[in-house]
Order: sequence, then structure tokens, then C-alpha cells
Amino acid sequence: MSTTDTRPADALRAGDRQADERASATKPLGGIAGWVDDRVGAAKGVSFLAKKVFPDHWSFMLGEIAMYSMIVCLLTGAFLTFWFVPSASQVVYDGSYIPLQGMTMSDAYRSTLDISFDIRGGLLIRQIHHWAALIFVVSVFVHMARVFFTGAFRKPREINWVFGTILSLLACIEGFAGYSLPDDLLSGTGIRAMNGFMQSAPVIGSYLSYFVFGGAFPGEAIIPRLYSAHVLLIPAILVGLFTAHILLVFVHKHTQYPGPGRTNNNVVGYPLLPVYIAKAGGFFFIVFGVITLISAVVTINPIWAYGPYDPSPITAGSQPDWYMGFADGALRLLPGFLEFETFGFTWSMNIFPGSLVLLPVMWTIIGAYPFVEAWVTGDKREHHLLDRPRNAPTRTAIGVAGITMYVVLFLAAGNDLMAIKLHLSINDITQTLRVLFFIGPPIAFWITKRICLSLQRADRQKVLHGRETGTIWRHADGKFEEIHAPLTPQERWVLVQHESPEPLQLTAGTDANGVDSPIARKERLRAKFSNFYFRDRVAPATPSELEAAHHEHDDHAAAPSGEHEAIEAGGAGRERETIKARKHD
Amino acid sequence: MNDHETTDHGTSTALVPAAGDGHDLLPASMIRDADQFENPGLPPHVHRAADDHPDAAKRAERQVATMFGLSMLATLVFLVSYFAIPDEATFFFPGIGVAKTQNVVLGLSLGFAIFLIGIGAVHWAKTLMSDEEIVEERHLQASTGEQRAKAVAMVTAGVESTQLTRRPVLKYTLGGALGLFALPLGLQVAGSLGPVNVEELKHTIWDPAENGGKPIRLMRDPEMTPIRFDEVTNGSVFHVMPETLQKHIDEGKHVLEAKAKAAVILIRLDPDKIKVQKAKDWGVDGVVAYSKICTHVGCAVGLYEQQTHHLLCPCHQSTFDLTEDCAVIFGPAKRPLPQLKITVDDAGYLVAPEGFHEPVGPSFWERAR
Amino acid sequence: MNALAARRRHPAAIAVLLLIGLLVTGGAYSFLAPKDANAAAPTAAADAVSEGKDLFVANCASCHGINAQGTKSGPSLVGVGAASVDFQVGTGRMPLAGPNVQAPVNKVKFDDEQIAALAAYVASLGPGPSVPESKWTTVLEPGTPENNKAIAEGGEIFRVNCAMCHNFAGAGGALTRGKYAPALDQTTPKHIYEAMVSGPQSMPVFNDTNLTPEAKQKVISYLKAQESQTNVGGLTLGNLGPVSEGLFAWVFALGILIGCAVWLGKKAA
Repeated sequence: MSTTDTRPADALRAGDRQADERASATKPLGGIAGWVDDRVGAAKGVSFLAKKVFPDHWSFMLGEIAMYSMIVCLLTGAFLTFWFVPSASQVVYDGSYIPLQGMTMSDAYRSTLDISFDIRGGLLIRQIHHWAALIFVVSVFVHMARVFFTGAFRKPREINWVFGTILSLLACIEGFAGYSLPDDLLSGTGIRAMNGFMQSAPVIGSYLSYFVFGGAFPGEAIIPRLYSAHVLLIPAILVGLFTAHILLVFVHKHTQYPGPGRTNNNVVGYPLLPVYIAKAGGFFFIVFGVITLISAVVTINPIWAYGPYDPSPITAGSQPDWYMGFADGALRLLPGFLEFETFGFTWSMNIFPGSLVLLPVMWTIIGAYPFVEAWVTGDKREHHLLDRPRNAPTRTAIGVAGITMYVVLFLAAGNDLMAIKLHLSINDITQTLRVLFFIGPPIAFWITKRICLSLQRADRQKVLHGRETGTIWRHADGKFEEIHAPLTPQERWVLVQHESPEPLQLTAGTDANGVDSPIARKERLRAKFSNFYFRDRVAPATPSELEAAHHEHDDHAAAPSGEHEAIEAGGAGRERETIKARKHD
Repeated sequence: MNDHETTDHGTSTALVPAAGDGHDLLPASMIRDADQFENPGLPPHVHRAADDHPDAAKRAERQVATMFGLSMLATLVFLVSYFAIPDEATFFFPGIGVAKTQNVVLGLSLGFAIFLIGIGAVHWAKTLMSDEEIVEERHLQASTGEQRAKAVAMVTAGVESTQLTRRPVLKYTLGGALGLFALPLGLQVAGSLGPVNVEELKHTIWDPAENGGKPIRLMRDPEMTPIRFDEVTNGSVFHVMPETLQKHIDEGKHVLEAKAKAAVILIRLDPDKIKVQKAKDWGVDGVVAYSKICTHVGCAVGLYEQQTHHLLCPCHQSTFDLTEDCAVIFGPAKRPLPQLKITVDDAGYLVAPEGFHEPVGPSFWERAR
Repeated sequence: MNALAARRRHPAAIAVLLLIGLLVTGGAYSFLAPKDANAAAPTAAADAVSEGKDLFVANCASCHGINAQGTKSGPSLVGVGAASVDFQVGTGRMPLAGPNVQAPVNKVKFDDEQIAALAAYVASLGPGPSVPESKWTTVLEPGTPENNKAIAEGGEIFRVNCAMCHNFAGAGGALTRGKYAPALDQTTPKHIYEAMVSGPQSMPVFNDTNLTPEAKQKVISYLKAQESQTNVGGLTLGNLGPVSEGLFAWVFALGILIGCAVWLGKKAA
């Protein structure tokens, strides 16, 4: 992307056809297609869609896993509504599951038992629904991580990042609502905790709890209310936002990884028709099929074993589904002394921050990140080429630090199972995680950044000295040398194409016109942030360096080993790090 | 418009807004200088086996067709087994143990029927459909200055014709009406979700008023049989419900609401181990009763360790020390579990004469009021 | 070797290496792990008490004292009853192999006759719960309406009294500071009964006035019914609840789907 004439990079290969040229066939539309087009003019849309190009990469399928597992959820969820009875009224079970016969339970639980035991194939549908839900949220998060670490959220895609952020939050809430519906002992305990969370809100807590439960906990209102939220309200928002999410992908055209021939001005890949229809459509069946196969052989949420909800019993290892685990973990880590009273009013600061505050705060930070980074870099260009994570070390490190924090909370939610399976003390685990929550992220940040910079240096090394072949030559004088094969221009391009910004400099107090420009405090702050982001940098190799390296290679063939010199932060001039010969050179 | 707009920064590939605002802070290093590698362009197209060898193409075709065929077969298996497999049939499935035949067979056949379509279609796309990559040009997302101006003009004209700008009273009344009309809807939901009865949070059915002022017997949960004092031996734990719950059970309503606050755990330990005089006084010779509802978020604190006299909550690991009047010694709960004062009635049964002296369960804003 | 060296950079090399490593470790473990001993047939001895005393002095007195009065390293056994001895020794928890937060299940070191002798000796020291009659440890098999009802009631009692520590399916759970409630699936009905009446280690006592022998039998029958019951939904993932399900979704489901995605994005040969 460095040339003044981009034609060679964008050029089509001999024999490649421009997408537009495909519309040469002029067979008139007839039959049903013609009938439809007469009425809606669909042909225009079809030709627009058919030539949409999608780049091929496995990580681009993560979002599709999310989309397809959501569709599977919608499909199986509709089936389940045929039999599920969202009612908390008490009935006596007389179905075919012996260990519960004659027990008093809610109608919701009874109908879920019926789906599992008395409706043929019902258990399969239930398990598909629940596995698909877990996989949906898993893939949403992994997709989110992919978008974050490759910088795909940058302009013009910030809005879509925000949409995605909201979608991921809704996915978690939707999941929690569904998990609570069967009214078994585990999910009832979950609702019990949820009631505690709501009560912990300062001032309005008790009101919140009574509003949501329609009276005292548990009451008979919560199941129908969660049900309408789960099957109507949240799915409607979810599907609406998701449609906007996908439309924006079409509007923006897909991002692509850097590579030979791939520039910021093009998108290289396969057309929707036929290749991507087949691949993406096929992938839907793959996702659906894998989920079904898992549901055939692996139990999920054996509600019959938990028994009906009752506030008195409880089971060891009471946990929410994994995506709520981090909030549950936060509650396990928060120390009790945070609760206090003022003027007779109770502040449950041992619960409130981990339950009602954590989710909105976390998602706000995630949603705001693109805007923060754009402000720091001052970069207002559109970006369609993805970053390799190593080439944005600070962002990658921030992401890993955030994930570390999340994982600490997540692990805390499983502290009891870790204790029993690893033969550890639950108290020690909790204390360790409390400490890790604070020191883990900075350590992860530092390590990740160092790894990224090392990888960048390794890239430079590879460009300048070629690829290790594994072949050892012995010279006539008895010296051994590993043969390094030079990279092809295509191989090299991936390693040198990226930008390596220097920190913003607030140089002189004058602007281009020689007029004094007062430097605002904001700009100074921005320069500080920019320094934080780009202080450590490894510039991509340049042709002249490659040239120099060839000479150096000849000169220093017998030089003793040397270490990489420290990287110079961008100051005046463009100091490059010096790479000295390695041991085997 | 020109996709390859050359900007001031000399970078041909950067898409910069048409109305380039002077962002002078673009770092120097983002500007590419001459000493840089050039994009070598798309690599030469490599043919696949199926492109060059009709045999390979034929083989791919056969593979795809086989997968589709197997999918149909799996569907058939599903259809037959749906009717053929009885509900109670089981068989030994390696890895699972004794599995329900229906779930496994229906699931596997449906799963393979679906999965094979996907694998077949993708294999088809990979081997037989054209693998020539297409290059699509990108355009700036932003509209051109001309388009923007046109849009602004249209909107301005539209607003102009409504006379909003000239008649501000319309603007303010419209704004007010639109701003307010959501209130009734919001009020309907918020106002009707209730009923709110905060005092109820402080009340349990251990209150003697629930029993005509008489002391309330402690009953075994779930059997609902009364507990004699001499039945509680050292180290034993009884899960207890109040006698008054029976009324709710008989009436068949509000059982769970009552239970949610009434659950009590009854434990006997060596009286000398109890370090707090009040805890001793409220018990009978080392037999003490505490609310089983965690003061954190309300899970049942049932895990009693006989030797250490600790009570552990399985939800968030709050640990309460029975010898210290159930004070919190670990975990996120702050307050001790409320103690239920108990005595022995004339018939030798354990009774609670006074109910709880403080609200049980999780904290709430008005708890201490 | 050459061929191997050429392939060392193959993308699958790490995966293959990892797999081999796991297989070797797993294989070695299963080969080297200690095997369980077989239990001998039960017989009763007439002079059980005196034989038990000899055994006690030789094997237990160092911790529990020469007259079972208890020392700093072991509690008094006066009044713990035969049930406690039969449980502790019969599950290999005693004699304790080494200092630990709690005595783990271990290899049983005495035959049934010796255990009975030990139990008889300890029972002679003071009144305590005895080894249960076999009619209370007989598992009620599902099938008849009465048994089905008993099993359902046993489930309710189990959930109120036991599930908070032992988990809804008897898979075990964590207690404070490294202590734990063990899994119940390998425990015999007799030992479950004895644990309830004697309250070993952290476990509270469920005497016959708390849970009647009938109630205990129902609990045992419920547990066994749940174990022998068909795995309705398939693999149970250890019956550990949402944690193992989440782990499975992250590792296996996501792994398989990403594997498919990689295959989908790779150019055909």
C-alpha cells in the first residue's frame, strides 16, 4: 500500500474477471423470477448481492458461528414454546420420571420434565437449544476478540462495534433469562441470587425486587415475565440489531487481512454467488449439525436431577451458565466488609458493584474503546485492512489485560470446583484470585506487549535475513552455518506492509503558518496517551535495510553473537533498531 | 468518484474523508516515504487438482454426492427410528454408559443428516466451484461534498416548509408532547408491576402472631414433624421449618414465599464451645437455631462442618462461625446469620417463642430502619 | 529421520506432538496407578473383642491412645460406636496414611473379619451407633408404586439434607480450607448409612430421630436409583453443573467448529 501508483497491487491477474463483467448474459427473466421482478425489481438487488466479495479466513467464520447458533436457538426455541408452560402455579408431577413422581412442583418445571421425558425427541430439541445458546455466546465473545485484536473496529466500523457490544450484552441477558425458566433447583437458586442483587441497589433496591417479582420472592409472576422477555422482548431486539449488524457488514464490505494484492482500497475474495452461498450456507449446516451431534451424546442442564425449586434445599456447586460466571465470580471475590450503614440505610457495596454495576460498566468500556483509540491516534482515515495483533502491541496488550481480568473473575466463579478437583483450599483460591485481579492484568499487559514486540523483531529478522531452512552447511574451514532462504516478495509483503506510528509530538508552539498555537491541555493529554501507545515500536524493515543486511551478512558472517539493541522510542529522525548477527550466523 | 484519491499526505491507499479536516496530528511515521517495499500484487493463481485433472474433479463430485446421499440416508434413519424406537429403550453406548436409545439415535441421525449437507456443500465449493478470487473496489463510506450539500439543502428545504423555524411555539409544543407521551406508557408498566411491601421483607412466619401468639414448634424439613429437644444429639443438624408453614401447605399457596424466609438450621454443639453469651442464652444447652438464608444474596447456607463448627454457603462461600454467633469469618457476606431464640415446651418439643429479632436474608436499603 | 525433520514445521506437528504426549502420560498413569484390592468374604469371630483390641493396639493406639481415650493426634473413640469404625476402616480412611485436612478414601487395609473385630472392640468401650441391619441398607428398586414413592421422598430428603455438600447428583463438593464432601457414587449403601449415623469428620450426625432408618433407606435408594438410571441426555460431564458444560462448549464445541472453519478457509489441493 505504499506506492503512488496502486494499479499493480490492485490489478487483476490475467484471466481474472472483474465482477461487473459477469453480467454479460442477457437471457430474459421468465417464470416466477420474472413475475417477482416485475413486482419488486429484485433483479437489481440480486446482481448487487451476487457479486459481493467475501475474503476467506477461518477467523471470519466466528461471527457466522454466532449467527448460525442464534438461528438454531430461534428455531428450536419456537419448538419448545409449543410445550413449555410458563407458569409458577404448583402442580403434582405424574410423568414418567420415577424419582420425582408425586412431588409438588411448578408447572414450568413439570412441562420441562415432560419435554425431556414424555415428548418424543423433546429432550433432543431442548439440548440443542441449550447447547446452541452456550455456543452462541462463546462464539460472540470469540468473534468480538477477533474484531478487537485485528483492529476491525476502526473507522468506519465503530457503529457496528457498538451494535456488536450491545448484542453480546443482550445475548448474556437472554441466556440468563432462558436458564432461569425451567424453575429447577439450580435456576431457582439463580433467581434467588438475582433477587439479592436487586435488593442490593441503593435506595430503590427493595422496590426493584418487588417490581420485578410482582410481590415477595419468588411469587408467581417472575416465570411468565422472564418468559415474555426471553421469547419476545429480547429476541426482537436481538434480531433487529443483528440485522443492522449484518447490513453494515454489507455496506462496509468485509475487512481483509493484509497480503499481496490486498490493499485498503479493495477487497479480494470469493463472490457470494456461488462460492460464498455454498460455503456460508454449508457452514450453517455444519454448525447446526455439530450442535445436534453434541446434543445427541452430551447432557446439558439435567433439570430432572436438580429437582424442583425450593428455597430451603441447595446443591453444592451452584453456578450460573458460563457467560454470567464472571459476575458470579466478582461476587465471590468481593469482601464482606464493603457493606456499611449510614443513617440506618444499608449500602450493600459487597454485592452491588459485582452484580448491578459490573455488567453495564464492562460493556460501556468495551463499546467506548474504538473512540478512545481513534482519539489517541488522531487517525481519521478509513481502515479496511486488518492489523496483525503483533503490529498493534499496545492494543493487543490492553485486550489481553482485559481478558485476564475477565478470566480471573470467571475462574472465581468455579473456585469450589477447582478446590475439589485440584485438591486445593477454596479459601486460598479465593485469596489468590483477589490478588490476581489486581496484579494479573498489568503483568499480562507487560508480557503481551513484550511478546508482540519480539514477534515484530522476529518479522524484521526474517525479512532481513530470510527464513531458516533447517539445512546446515559445513564450510570448507569447518564452520557450520544454517542456510537462510530469502523470502519471496509475496511472503515479505505481509511482514513489512504495516504502519508503525510514532508517538504524537507536540513540537513547537507554532503551526504551519508560523502563528502561535496555544497547546490545549487536551492535546497534552493526548500526547501522553499516544506516548503510552506508541513509545515502544519496531519499525518494519525497508528495502534499503534489506540491502544493507545483505552486505552485513557477508561482512559479519563470523561475528560473535550479539543481542538486539533496545528499541528507540520515536524521537527526531527514524532510528531503527540494529539487528546483529545471531549465534548461528 | 475516484477511489484512489491522492491526499496531502501522499498516501494513495489511505481513504481520507472527502472533506479533509486539517488533522495535523497525523504522525510522521504514518506517511509512507520512498524507502518502502511495494505491494507485489496478487500471487499467481495456483490450480487445484480438480481444475487440471478430470479424474480429480470426478472424484470430488463423487465425494460430494456421497455426502449428500448419506445425509438422505441419515434423515431416513431419523424418520424410521422416530416411530420404531420405544420411549423406554436403552442401550450401552461407549463413553456414555447406559444411554436412552431414542435421544442418541434421533440426535445422531439428525445431526449427521444436517452436518453432511454442510460438509458436502463446502467441499463442493472448495473443489469444483471457481476458486478465482475476485477483486472488488472499495469506495469511501462518506458521501461526496456534492451529495452532502444536496442532502442538507433538501432537509433544510423540508424543515423550512414546515415553518418550524419561523414558528417556534410549534417546535416547543411538539417537543413537549413527544417528550411526555412516553410517560404514561412508562408509568403503566412501572406503576403496575408492584405491589411493593417493604415491611414484608422484615417479616417471617416465625412471628408468634402467625400462631395466635403461641410459641411456634420447630418442624423437620421436608417431613414437617416436630422435633423433641432430646432428639438433637451432639453434632447433628436438623433442617427446620416453622409449624406455621403447614397452614400454607394445606392452603396450597405462598409456600415458597414463606419458605424463602423461614428456613432455619438447628445444630447441637458442646455449649462450652459457644463463645457468645447471647447465642448460648437463645439456645437450649448447646442446641441453637439460625436462619439458613445467607445474608449475602439469600442462598441456603446448609453446609455445616461438624468439627470446625463452620457454616458455608455454596453460592459464594461466605463462611459463618457457629461458635461466634454465626459471625462471618470469610467470604462476601457482612452480617452474621440471625439467630432464632428457642426453648423447650412442656411436651419436650423445641419451640421458638419470639421469632426473629431482625430481618433475615440479603441486605436491602431499609433493612436497619 | 529426514522425513520427520522435513515435517517438523508442519502446522499439525504441534498438535500431533501434544497428542502423543498426552497419550504417553495417560497410558503411563493408568499403568502405574495403584490398583484396588479385593475384599474378602465376611465372617464373624467369637472372640472379636479381644482380637479387636490386639488389632487396635497395634494399628490405632498411636493416635487414639492405648485405651482409645484419644490423644492430641486423634479423637477419643469411646462411644463412637461400631458404625463409625466400620465406615472409617471399611472405606480405607483409617488408619490415616498421613497428615491431611481430612482422611481420604484409601485402600482398605484389613479384611472384613478384622474390621468386625475392631468395631466390636470400639463398641465395647461405650454405647454408640451400631452397624446397620441389612434390611435398612437394602436398596429399594424402582418399579413398584411404593418403591417409586419412597425413592421420590428420598430425593426430597436428599436435596434438603445432603445436596448442599454432596451436590445434586452426589458428585461431591468443596468445603472450607481444602476439606470436601466426597462423591457418593462409589460408596456402598452400608457405608452411606454408617456415615449418616456416625457423622465422620466434617459431616454432621443424622441420628435415627433426625432421619429415621426408613428415611435413610429412602435416601440410599434415591442415590442408587439416580446412579443406575439411564444417562437420559447422554454424557453427564461429571454432573458438575454449568461449569463443566461451559468448559465443554469452549473446548470441544468451539474447537470442532473452528476446525471446520479452518478447513473451509483452506484452499483445496
